[in-house]
Amino acid sequence: MNSRYEVVIGLEVHVQLTTRTKIFCGCSTEFGQGVNSQTCPVCLGLPGALPVLNRQVVEDAIKAGLATNCQITPRSIFARKNYFYPDLPKGYQISQFELPICEHGWLDIETEELGGKRLGITRIHMEEDAGKLLHNSDNSSSVDLNRACTPLLEVVSEPDMRSSEEAIAYLKQLHQIVVYLGICDGNLDEGSFRCDANVSIRPWGQKELGTRSELKNLNSFRYIKQAIEYEVERQIDVIDAGEKVVQETRLFDPDAGVSRSMRGKEEAHDYRYFPDPDLLPVDVSADWIEQVRKSLPELSTAKLQRYQGEIGLPAYDAGVISSDRPLAEYFEAVVKHYNNPKICSNWVMGEVLGALKDKKLEISACPVTPELLAGVLIRIDDKTISGKIAKTVFEKIWQTGNTADQIIEEKGLKQVTDTGAIEAIVDEVIAANPDQVAEYRGGKEKLMGFFVGQVMKASKGKANPGMANQLLKKKL
Amino acid sequence: MKINQQDVEHVARLARLSLSPEDLKIMTGQMDAVLGYVDKLNELDTDGIEPMAHAVPMTNAFREDEITEPIGVERTLQNAPQQADNYFKVPKIIE
Repeated sequence: MNSRYEVVIGLEVHVQLTTRTKIFCGCSTEFGQGVNSQTCPVCLGLPGALPVLNRQVVEDAIKAGLATNCQITPRSIFARKNYFYPDLPKGYQISQFELPICEHGWLDIETEELGGKRLGITRIHMEEDAGKLLHNSDNSSSVDLNRACTPLLEVVSEPDMRSSEEAIAYLKQLHQIVVYLGICDGNLDEGSFRCDANVSIRPWGQKELGTRSELKNLNSFRYIKQAIEYEVERQIDVIDAGEKVVQETRLFDPDAGVSRSMRGKEEAHDYRYFPDPDLLPVDVSADWIEQVRKSLPELSTAKLQRYQGEIGLPAYDAGVISSDRPLAEYFEAVVKHYNNPKICSNWVMGEVLGALKDKKLEISACPVTPELLAGVLIRIDDKTISGKIAKTVFEKIWQTGNTADQIIEEKGLKQVTDTGAIEAIVDEVIAANPDQVAEYRGGKEKLMGFFVGQVMKASKGKANPGMANQLLKKKL
Repeated sequence: MKINQQDVEHVARLARLSLSPEDLKIMTGQMDAVLGYVDKLNELDTDGIEPMAHAVPMTNAFREDEITEPIGVERTLQNAPQQADNYFKVPKIIE
């Protein structure tokens, strides 16, 4: 934290929706298709073509609004944002200006520095994306319009953040929410979640905001943090040199770790918005909102609280498992088959995540289904196998897809709980280690571990360790 | 005067129109007249009347999220003044 200046940050996030088709036409939104192959007169901006709104986009916007505590506007309208750029075939972007679909929301974040804080969300509006531009070496640019008209939600925050840490905490939470809702794939590399940051500084105690600069093109959480921190230092230097910060758009270059001014954008900010006569107003009834509210999944913050409270997981486990919806659903499915959440979380966080990381797999591709994993845990619980053997069984399930019971049967891994059989092994171990027996009897009780280990080894891990322990104590 | 020549020059530049000095004079007069008329309308008391968003008294014209056939890259590029490798080719705009 700077001693002389307060940092003020507001964020604009573009969330690309996972609808099958574009916002105003039926062209596919699939990523990575042949250049200019997913196009039609509407998204090419041909004269006379008329946009028709995708209902799913409205539904997704309502979901995002409800999950970020927004009010849903009963009647919202679309507007044209006018500017010329080669990736925008119509000469305007269809967006919302007055009357966006969601307003006045908030998110609660936690940072180590400050603890909890509530950050305002000004608005969420629906709009279309532009095409993709490639800059060539021969002084030309190439335009691919597959992305033109892809549905976006723009989420605009209040200038409530006071540090890069808060900005990142806000972004991570928003990211988690839209991915949890299933309305965005959250892929930052492919541009599905893009962030612009408005950054300014002001002397502590000053009420008016300082002049801001807008940082563009921030496609990783790390770059966003770097770009904001660089910008704060740059503005302090400008003011300390007796100059004034100018309002401008700056492009962050992650390789060089610096940002550069994008000149000539000042006039382009005069967008002359007006209502788009091609599109009718969108009315969202209370019934529709209720219907969407009922369809919302339990979100990560709610899961986190429930895991810690109701089912009693430690904070760390609850945090890891709730952070990813497929992982949380996996965990909950395991618990459904074997109702001991702490044991389930140990295995999910240990064996399952470890193996997935090893094999570079997502949880959705885990060969050990929740039911198969629960099958292992049930056999530990009823003492058919020990925890150690269970790990072997888990590996075999991973390789074969067979159930725990099949593998235990097939490999003869059933734990020996027959007193006579274990007693025989205990006798052998005692007979084979006279020195240690003497030491133990002489008071070196730590050696019990050694004896149990020997019994387990002699039984190939199948002896019940508790019974071995008892028998050893008795005989020694 | 609601609007002066600089305003018209500014709006013309945003719309990529180049106007001759004579045109500029005519446009300034015409746009001033239009805005004068809007001013006249503004004299009406519209308190309690909801702003009109659209000329047609309808809402919620939706389509379902179902894929339709694209027109194909050949037809997409049919009117392109310049093209290369299935891209539209345009003069470079960022230095």
